[in-house]
Amino acid sequence: MTRMNTMTRVEKTTREFKASEEKANKWLSRSGPVLGLFLVCLIFGFLVGPQFFRTGNLELIARQTAIVAVASLGMTVVIASAGIDLSVGSVVSLSTVVIALLLRSGVPPLAAVLAAVAVGVLCGAIVGLLVTRLCLLPFIVTLGMMLVVRGAAKGLADEQRVEAPITWINNLLRSPAGTESWLLLPAGVWIIIVLSLTTGAMLEYTRFGRHIFAIGSNERTARLCGVRIDACKLAVYSIGAGFAGLAGVMQFSKLSVGDPTVAAGLELDVIAAVIIGGGSLLGGRGSVFGTLVGATIMAVIQLGSSQRGLANWVQQIVTGAIIILAVALDHWRQHAHNHLRH
Amino acid sequence: MAEAVNYAVRFEMTGISKSFGATTALKDVNLKVVAGEVCALVGQNGAGKSTLMNILSGAAQPDTGTMMLDGVSYHPRNPLEARRSGVAMIHQELSLAPDLSVEENIVLGMEPAPYGIVRRAEIRAKAEDVLRQLHHSEISPTTPAGQLSVAEQQLVEIARALAIGCRVLVLDEPTSSIARADVERLFEIIGRLKAQGHAVVYISHFIDEVKEVADRFAVLRDGRNAGGGEVRSATRKEIVEMMVGRSMEELYPRTSRSPAEAILDIAPGIALRRGEVLGIAGLVGAGRTRLLRRLFALESSWKSVGMVSEDRKGEGLAMGMTVTDNLTLPRLTGWVSPSKQSALARRWIQDLEIRCHDDRQEISELSGGNQQKVALARLLYCDVDVLLLDEPTRGIDVGSKAQIYEWIDQLVTNGKAVLIVSSYFPELIGICDRVAVMHRGQLSAPRPVSEVDEHQLMLEACSGLDDSHEHHDSR
Repeated sequence: MTRMNTMTRVEKTTREFKASEEKANKWLSRSGPVLGLFLVCLIFGFLVGPQFFRTGNLELIARQTAIVAVASLGMTVVIASAGIDLSVGSVVSLSTVVIALLLRSGVPPLAAVLAAVAVGVLCGAIVGLLVTRLCLLPFIVTLGMMLVVRGAAKGLADEQRVEAPITWINNLLRSPAGTESWLLLPAGVWIIIVLSLTTGAMLEYTRFGRHIFAIGSNERTARLCGVRIDACKLAVYSIGAGFAGLAGVMQFSKLSVGDPTVAAGLELDVIAAVIIGGGSLLGGRGSVFGTLVGATIMAVIQLGSSQRGLANWVQQIVTGAIIILAVALDHWRQHAHNHLRH
Repeated sequence: MAEAVNYAVRFEMTGISKSFGATTALKDVNLKVVAGEVCALVGQNGAGKSTLMNILSGAAQPDTGTMMLDGVSYHPRNPLEARRSGVAMIHQELSLAPDLSVEENIVLGMEPAPYGIVRRAEIRAKAEDVLRQLHHSEISPTTPAGQLSVAEQQLVEIARALAIGCRVLVLDEPTSSIARADVERLFEIIGRLKAQGHAVVYISHFIDEVKEVADRFAVLRDGRNAGGGEVRSATRKEIVEMMVGRSMEELYPRTSRSPAEAILDIAPGIALRRGEVLGIAGLVGAGRTRLLRRLFALESSWKSVGMVSEDRKGEGLAMGMTVTDNLTLPRLTGWVSPSKQSALARRWIQDLEIRCHDDRQEISELSGGNQQKVALARLLYCDVDVLLLDEPTRGIDVGSKAQIYEWIDQLVTNGKAVLIVSSYFPELIGICDRVAVMHRGQLSAPRPVSEVDEHQLMLEACSGLDDSHEHHDSR
């Protein structure tokens, strides 16, 4: 009996030890991107001067991040399921065109916004159906959709910018003023915060979210255990593109016109944000928090470089280097970790 | 160990037949397992063990035959249906989601989640419960599954099967990739499952393990029942004899050979000589492939050594390319002239009677036997002195086999050296001059083929012992 007790006590201690080790590890993998952000801020704070940290500037960073951040929330979900969506930039441009056209024809702004998001969801649903029904690779399907959607946007807009009346949509990313100053932050930033929390909770605490990670981690096992793979994937791509539609709303708010040529190549920034934030293109990994940090890192580099007067080409080189560095560091950390255990 | 709870028949397979194209994998096979029993399913590689168990676990459908589970007709259309009916198979290559935690893997697909919101506490309780049932509560439910050792992952898979209420567990070669200490632990778990009234089917070709863990055994040979019975009352030798069965017909040419000087050191004190065929007998997982790879990696840089991989589709041949491309791949000149390439390839196609439409046909469209001929032709084209052949005749038709044996004979007569690894022992005895046995990474000293027979090889490969030691085997 006493032996049993010692046994369970030993077991319990080992388990507690293991659990704390896991926590430390989880914390480390989460803090990686944060550390990166901290470092990047420090470097530009040094280069630009203390005014880099003024509230106005921080808000500017938040606004700069908005478009990439919204789209990358969706991409986090897609990449966690071991998928990819290359049509994000095109969906954003289509979304701006749809809003502009609807506003011009007198539709109320809220309806226009909802319609734009719905168009995104529709694009995602098409991708999802093609991926699941025809068993095509998401890379190929969304590569095709990138052109199809871009073409559709240009066709709808008659290959030119679509002017639209000024509404509250244009204020989404402006600093609140006057009667709205109680908001502290631009409404768009609040939207992002709320969406991030819901998406994070969805991934972490719902069955659907855990199934997304299961599919991304090992699709065969997920199938064996009765996860409804096709339904899940359909939902994943619809959500992903829905977020891209919303990113289009942010883009429109910034531009105040519908532009079918805008956001070309945005998908790459979005994918980079997810990857810097700890996502893996092999699936099964990624977090909303990491993604947001990743998106912020890129915005800080952009803004910092331009405030320091660095040329665009420098920014691009730095961003590229950081993407590679982030993945290399993560890879190295994983490797070291596995090495320690075995 | 507790006596079995009751002796109700848990599942019964009757008259199961299955063919893939022209090859018959199973013919009129019967298998019955009662509750609270471990039944070992034994047989040589390719005897149909896996196919039979794939049918039981829903991954394949039988052409004919019926199955009953707990007295009810049972016909799963896929592995998911089988799991839901209570039959789970633990495969050799484990299938957990490495990024999910242990507890999430255990409840995957059946999460308690009212309104879609996952109940973490319930999941934790459930996982801890099944892990406790297996007496392994030291595994933390929150660890990502990918960080566990292979043995622990196996345990989690068993826990997952238990969590959805499986009553029949099929373990496919569960000890092939885990250490001896973990094997003991696994056997304890199997004992517990048995005591709880589960039926366990244990696929293995290690006779020792069968004797240790199973109550009954059933032997498959060439897709048919070849005997079975109580493990207690059968000797190793009897079981092996059932596995091996008939003798092999004359298929092996042998011109008189005269081995010359040593050309390649295989292991300390063991050398391969020019003009001989040296065989390594061993079962899958004994470390044979690793040995060949090590030799190939060590020697190929300065001696002319060529290797035919056991994994024809994965690495032996470039499946998307043509016959010609595959043949000439290792000796391409800087500038590739398609016409010269084709001419060369056509010569080999003719010499080796490779059956294909033309030399530009994709290799994946050829039959297994003809693919293997291309893989061999490539070595002949390179004109290597030493050929390392890993299961060169696995899964190919008898005609191609006979041809391959003939070339091997020709090659050594011309002063080449051949090292051949196989788990089909009649062929080793048929074509080799000397045979060594590999068991769990240990290579025995080679003996002239006249001094060994198939039963003895099988016995050594299965247990690492020869027969005389059986009675004082203390494990």
